Amino acid sequence: METLAELLPRAGGVFVQMEDEIASISAVIGASWTGAKAMTATSGPGFSLMMEALGYAVFTETPCVIVDVQRAGPCTGQATRVGGGDVMQCKWGMHGDVEIVALSPWSVQEMYDLSVRAFNIAERLRLPVFLMADEAVGHLHETAEFHERIAVEQRDRRKGLPPFGHPDPGGVPPMPCFGDGENLLVTGSTHDDRGYRKVEEPQVHARLVERLRQKVLLRRDELVDVERHMLDDAETVIVAYGFTARGALAAARELRGRGRKVGLLRLRTLWPFADKEVAALDGRARRVFVPEMNHGQVAGEVRKHFRGDVVGYGQTDGEVIPVATIVREVERIS
Amino acid sequence: MTRSFEQYLRPGVKATAFCPGCGHGILLHGILRAVDELGLDREKLLFVSGIGCAAWIPSPHILADTLHTLHGRAVAYATGAKLANPALTVIVVSGDGDLVSIGGNHLVHAARRGVDLTVICANNEIYGMTGGQAGPTTPVGAISATTPRGNPYPTFDLVKLVLGAGAAYVARYPVTQPRPMTDAIKKAIRTPGFAFVDVASPCPTQFGRRNRFEDVGALYDRTHDLVMPREEAAMRPPSELAGRLVVGEWTPEDLRLGAGIAHDGPGPGGPPC
Ligand SMILES: Cc1ncc(C[n+]2csc(CCOP(=O)(O)OP(=O)(O)O)c2C)c(N)n1
Ligand code: SF4
Ligand SMILES: [Mg+2]
Repeated sequence: METLAELLPRAGGVFVQMEDEIASISAVIGASWTGAKAMTATSGPGFSLMMEALGYAVFTETPCVIVDVQRAGPCTGQATRVGGGDVMQCKWGMHGDVEIVALSPWSVQEMYDLSVRAFNIAERLRLPVFLMADEAVGHLHETAEFHERIAVEQRDRRKGLPPFGHPDPGGVPPMPCFGDGENLLVTGSTHDDRGYRKVEEPQVHARLVERLRQKVLLRRDELVDVERHMLDDAETVIVAYGFTARGALAAARELRGRGRKVGLLRLRTLWPFADKEVAALDGRARRVFVPEMNHGQVAGEVRKHFRGDVVGYGQTDGEVIPVATIVREVERIS
Repeated sequence: MTRSFEQYLRPGVKATAFCPGCGHGILLHGILRAVDELGLDREKLLFVSGIGCAAWIPSPHILADTLHTLHGRAVAYATGAKLANPALTVIVVSGDGDLVSIGGNHLVHAARRGVDLTVICANNEIYGMTGGQAGPTTPVGAISATTPRGNPYPTFDLVKLVLGAGAAYVARYPVTQPRPMTDAIKKAIRTPGFAFVDVASPCPTQFGRRNRFEDVGALYDRTHDLVMPREEAAMRPPSELAGRLVVGEWTPEDLRLGAGIAHDGPGPGGPPC
């Protein structure tokens, strides 16, 4: 955010430090409705404070990007140490049933590339997109390549159509903005396709919730993004994400050197979950190992889709998981 | 409502959801009159509200861009919209519970920043929508759903609070004085920077009934009787101002002189009976 405070005004943007994280996400949503690409970044307690407004962004179909640099919780926890405990929170932390998109970078390069992707998905699908980094990635210093040209998704601001309804399951309505002369009616209460509150009609609520879910679920093939390393003959597959995946890749290489058939499935999206990609490991892989900086938030998802053995390894001590630990644990279960 | 104002109402909205005798409808009329008399460009007009009966004043009634947000957060949403598109005239209309209780932090910080917003507080001294619980504007001694033996706590004086936080213009009028109320709203909208209007708007259903105002008229009489112009209040000792509704307009100049904020009593409402 400190870098944005420096750079955004120079690029014709606006930076404002609000009084708290609730205000920050609220201002982001207000700004987005004027047509601006809007984002905020936070960590730990600030992320918890944002939950109510994130549900608002989902329900009003407001594009925005939230960077969560995960730290060691719960509560104030170890404020400057690494954690990975917000994987479920970004999906289930809001009350109600929602689908969102969450990306997981493992490098400085991906902080950059996935930020661009996050904005493009947010604009295309009209929803909040989460860049679920962690403290280790957040404090990395390494080279990265900034591109001369990037593909930028322009918001569909067509006027005259219902801004909150679409005939197709999972359809994304156009989003004209404040000042476009559309007399927009935006509300976080259940609404019909023009925005009128309809808080007592079961059908209206059910249809809206379902379309919002299907916006993500029907596009899972274009959204889910994984990286496969040494999977072809792997008997043990490590499923990892974020900074932990760097250690997992190093461990897999070391184990290969020791003659063990180990591969890595790296999740670059956390949500929607890579269910098919995990299920596809069936048949070849005998077991899956999931190291993560929480107690099994992704391991539990993997278990739902992989029929063989799934062994989780959770470490929540404010430190990254060492390569040697992953090597040791994989050898132990293989 | 005057028929010529129908052009400002969203088609399809047949009636307000307000109870008979609710002050919020009078305030809606005052806001529309202000918008009309100022000749504002409706394409550039954005109303933002939180959650509560008062938050329904603009949404869905007013035919302009309306953003009905979360409980307490209207001012923060409005700040983002105004900063991202300064061409918009942004008016926040919400309740006392919304703006001052859960949303109090956003209110004082927006006033401090001097964001060019107009904030209108429909102040019925109670959480109307949820069944009449007490808030920071509930008068000392008043009966509410959460103060069955009378509210023991003093109230915020919103004029002092918001002016002290840095607002460029602050006014207070009740809906029983529609003309000065409307003029204050117009001035607030024209003020560059942060402007705030505290509008006393009686709630017969939740406040009136519990505090034994037999009918709507009696509650409006109370509001009317509590009014004291700030000029008159300036000449009275603090003991005579407790519970009075000191009305008028204030600017930061009043803070410098140290004399403008007239009363030191327990807020504008005071014991109701
Ligand atoms: C975070 C949160 N807490 C509580 C509520 C329930 N709630 C809805 S309206 C309201 C009070 C509204 O009071 P006020 O702003 O004074 O408006 P009024 O109804 O009196 O006009 C409350 C507490 C909510 N919607 N959200
Ligand atoms: S409960 Fe009170 S504030 Fe709400 S509509 Fe009824 S009278 Fe008005
Ligand atoms: Mg109220």
